[in-house]
Amino acid sequence: MVDVGLQISKEGSRLSISPTKTIMLRISRNNPKINNDSKFDEFKIPYQKWTTVLDAILEVKKHLDHSVAVRYSCRQATCGSCGMKINGRPALACFTKISDLNSDVITIEPMNNFPIIRDLAVSFERMFSTHKKIKPYIINEESEINPGTKEFLQSPENVEKYIQFSSCIKCGLCNSACPTMATDSSFVGPQALAQAYRYVADTRDKGKDERLKIIDDSHGIFRCHFAGSCSQVCPKGVDPAMGIQLLRGYLLGFRD
Amino acid sequence: MRESIIMKIHYGTALASVALVAVHILFRLTQGFAESLQYESVIANYEFLPYAGMLEIILILLSIHGFNGLRVILLELKQGPTFEKSVTYGCIAVMALVILYGSRTIFMTSMGMV
Repeated sequence: MVDVGLQISKEGSRLSISPTKTIMLRISRNNPKINNDSKFDEFKIPYQKWTTVLDAILEVKKHLDHSVAVRYSCRQATCGSCGMKINGRPALACFTKISDLNSDVITIEPMNNFPIIRDLAVSFERMFSTHKKIKPYIINEESEINPGTKEFLQSPENVEKYIQFSSCIKCGLCNSACPTMATDSSFVGPQALAQAYRYVADTRDKGKDERLKIIDDSHGIFRCHFAGSCSQVCPKGVDPAMGIQLLRGYLLGFRD
Repeated sequence: MRESIIMKIHYGTALASVALVAVHILFRLTQGFAESLQYESVIANYEFLPYAGMLEIILILLSIHGFNGLRVILLELKQGPTFEKSVTYGCIAVMALVILYGSRTIFMTSMGMV
């Protein structure tokens, strides 16, 4: 045991510590409760190759300006709280490494198409309400409490149809990147539409007609222009643009 | 009407318009392009009933497709129940006017009233 410990210690001592570099962080500051003017505050932050944008923002909060408003929680791209615009592109701050951005200046802004609460924190109210509107749960009158309905079995092929859409963490990056969301304040949005497909494609679900009726209105699925930016920015590899096209197939009669 | 039905009509009119406009262009190619635009040639086209019928169908298809496209664009520009109703009924009214005026021209010319 001692030998192994020594060996590890020797290997550890051979590791070279990478030199600390610095980055200019430009953070958008805006408090709509006071006025609608937004400005950028600049901070010089040291970083390592593993430092994420969220780490850098927290460094600012800890040592330079504690008043920067940011929402975060898990720091591992699971909770979907820290979505923001990083160098003009919607991304999760905890999932974006500074070294991957290849830029000396990092501009951080709140996500587009969401009302700003303060600085980088935005309100998710509209997204959550559209998400709820499409009934994001399995609708099936038979339930586990009825005899003979203990399990709803599915084949791997059936699961394959929707499994990627189950990875949605509701971070709102797709809605932020969507060009229709920018102009149409009543549009359902790629997040809710992809979730509608997730449940419509589920063989256990019996609420297809109900859901299709909800998204089949003048600000529903047909307002998607198939720009595909929602799929480009998704941190979980979900392809909402594809889900929307597959969902359209049901409404146009190509799929049952 | 449900949006999916409207969009089925939208896509259908687009495909049918492409097919019929292709026929229309092919007819123009049977004679010289400049010659086909001469007054007598145009009147002759209208007096040939199957061709006049095809022009009438193209007029209807393109009007439906175009004005629904305009409705969709306007709905994305601004939202609100009053605005949406105005846009929908306004587009239907203007579409009907365009079809009526175009049909009047086609009927009058094909019946030799011009």
